[in-house]
Amino acid sequence: MRKWGLLAAALGLTMAACGGGTTTTADGETEGVAAGGSRLDVVKDRGQLICGVDGGIPGFSFVDESGTYSGLDVDVCKAVAAAVLGDAEAVEYRRLDSTERFTALSGGEVDMLSRNTTWTVSRDTSVGLEFAPTTFFDGQGMLVRADSGLETLEDFAGQAICVETGTTTELNLTDQMRQINVDFEPVVFQDADAAYAAYAEGRCEGMTSDKSQLVARRSTLPNPDEHVLLEVTMSKEPLGPVTTNNDSAWFDVVKWTTYGLIQAEEFGINSENVATFEGTENPDIARFLGAEGTLGTDMGLPNDFMANVIGQVGNYGEIYERNVGADSEFALERGQNALWTEGGLMYSPPFR
Amino acid sequence: MAHDSGSKSFNLKAMLRDERFWKIAFQVITLLVVFLLLSFFLGNLNRNLIQMGRAFGFSFLLNPAGFSIGESLIQYRPNDPYWRALMVGLGNTLTLVAAGIALTTVLGTAAGVASFSKNWLVHRLSRIYVGLVRNVPLLLQLFFWYFAIFGALPSPDNQIGVLGLAFLNNRGVYIPWASSAVLAVLGIAATIGAAIAAFYLWQWRTKIRIETGAGGQTQLIALAVLGLVWLAIIVFGMNWTVPEGIEGGGVTGGLRLSREYVAALTALVFYTSAFVAEIVRAGIQSVSKGQWEAARSLGLHAGIVMRLVVFPQALRVIIPPMNSEYMNLTKNTSLAFAIAFPEMYSVATTTYNQTGRPVEVFVVLMATYLILCLLITLVMNQFNQAVQFKER
Repeated sequence: MRKWGLLAAALGLTMAACGGGTTTTADGETEGVAAGGSRLDVVKDRGQLICGVDGGIPGFSFVDESGTYSGLDVDVCKAVAAAVLGDAEAVEYRRLDSTERFTALSGGEVDMLSRNTTWTVSRDTSVGLEFAPTTFFDGQGMLVRADSGLETLEDFAGQAICVETGTTTELNLTDQMRQINVDFEPVVFQDADAAYAAYAEGRCEGMTSDKSQLVARRSTLPNPDEHVLLEVTMSKEPLGPVTTNNDSAWFDVVKWTTYGLIQAEEFGINSENVATFEGTENPDIARFLGAEGTLGTDMGLPNDFMANVIGQVGNYGEIYERNVGADSEFALERGQNALWTEGGLMYSPPFR
Repeated sequence: MAHDSGSKSFNLKAMLRDERFWKIAFQVITLLVVFLLLSFFLGNLNRNLIQMGRAFGFSFLLNPAGFSIGESLIQYRPNDPYWRALMVGLGNTLTLVAAGIALTTVLGTAAGVASFSKNWLVHRLSRIYVGLVRNVPLLLQLFFWYFAIFGALPSPDNQIGVLGLAFLNNRGVYIPWASSAVLAVLGIAATIGAAIAAFYLWQWRTKIRIETGAGGQTQLIALAVLGLVWLAIIVFGMNWTVPEGIEGGGVTGGLRLSREYVAALTALVFYTSAFVAEIVRAGIQSVSKGQWEAARSLGLHAGIVMRLVVFPQALRVIIPPMNSEYMNLTKNTSLAFAIAFPEMYSVATTTYNQTGRPVEVFVVLMATYLILCLLITLVMNQFNQAVQFKER
């Protein structure tokens, strides 16, 4: 009898502890909702954007020795901060690993994710996320040692492949290998750093992830020249910013700020010439920069929010070239990430 | 005077002074606080889940998992449901727990006893080991064993062979093993059975020798036969397969213990054993000096004194804290996740990440570890009762 009582108490405590984990985070959410209904107001009140990033991928989000964040994902955070608060530097970055990110977002610990997250239907629906427009079209690749003799996925029978847990790559890898009926040994790490370290010292023949990430990470391996990317693309990996379900005011802000970056490039507006467009006769551009109409104020933002964003962060093309493109050490081609007018996939619906 | 005043105030005062009233009142208040806290947390959880448009439920466990798992005791394919993936994780956790508890008991006891050794080197080694290992976080030790020790082993094309029986490389350790899982289980069962039988046989022999003064030769012969039978089963009955190196790298046959498993096991055993060593040392020290002296004065030599007089008494002190060390080891296996061993926590993390159901998965996870720990406690309590003072 006494033993059962103890067991019941222990179970009760477990339940309480488990409920407790969600409570603190949820409280923030409830407060925010009570104050005005949207995460947008929470961010405005706080005067700072809390943005979830990876922090370990050069070119996308990387912390340097002085603690400064840089990269394509980081610039998207900055753009949203510039749009909402008028200051691109009003961002607090939170480093999240791939298993923490969704709980951190849905628990309200971060306002948004800009953390090379792949847009998939199950994440959009059952995980309860909203995906802003893709900021980087990627595909899953495989990194191997140049002298390993591995050329196709079929060669991986019985070989070990390192992968990061909680990612779409983990699932894609399984799917691809099932399709071609190859038995391989997955070595699944929680931490990307540990995964690349294990690959570097020879635990695995292959390391799989998004191609951009593999290229970026290769630069941090002991001998980058000894590693090559295989000529396979295992999946579509559209990466972009993410917010939670059921907050369309905030989602709209993130979505249209991201589109704005693309639209600005299409208009030919960049951080250097944005001031010269001040008195423009072009009604599209005047509306875009907030000189005409109420596009910004309708969204709950300053009407000239895009002028702030472009002045402080630049347009999509600038962000791309600076972080991963021609002006960076990775020199990735624009490829699918070029504007639609140049054969790419970057397309913004009209600002009107 | 109080007796004469109004009955109402009389009752209240008397009630407040009554010890029984307070006893009951505290029970009620405690119950109320627990209930309020629980309902607050659960209500909050429910509200948040509804806000996110999700209902609490476990039906997702029937959906196909879709991810592969590196090693598994049971048959598992990626299109099996999540619950089966979790069972694979549980199986891997259990292999780690079982091997961990067995090895920890041996190493911990040895290190604990060694601290009483008159041999300066043995004594020092035991102290240094305990001091060093107990003071470094387990996660660090896991990474140390995984990357620095087992990571430093050569790649499969330069692998190390041990007497042609075992192989070591940076993928794992390959050892001889029974040719089928059924035989392996039988072999382990035979070993455990033989050990238990030997224990009771020995007790019986001692009893007979004390009570009748007989030499106990018959029992000794029985023991020898038991040992031979066991040896025969193990050597000839297991149909051993010995790992063989392949030309150009790699190994076929035998049992492969992945590097993740070996590193996790080594780290856990070394870490927990250091604590066990201290428990054993404390237990032995708790036996009063008079017991040593009395035994020595009977002319028994040090080894026998330890084995027959001191250690059985020390067990009374040793067993209860050992229980919590075994539970710590069980729970610490979840850290093996960091070095890519696919145990329960690792599989659960992948599951909640793919399904977006952290609350449900954590409930399953906590219940699993709770049941594991309660089972260990159950066994250890039985054992504890067996070694306590017998009132005669």
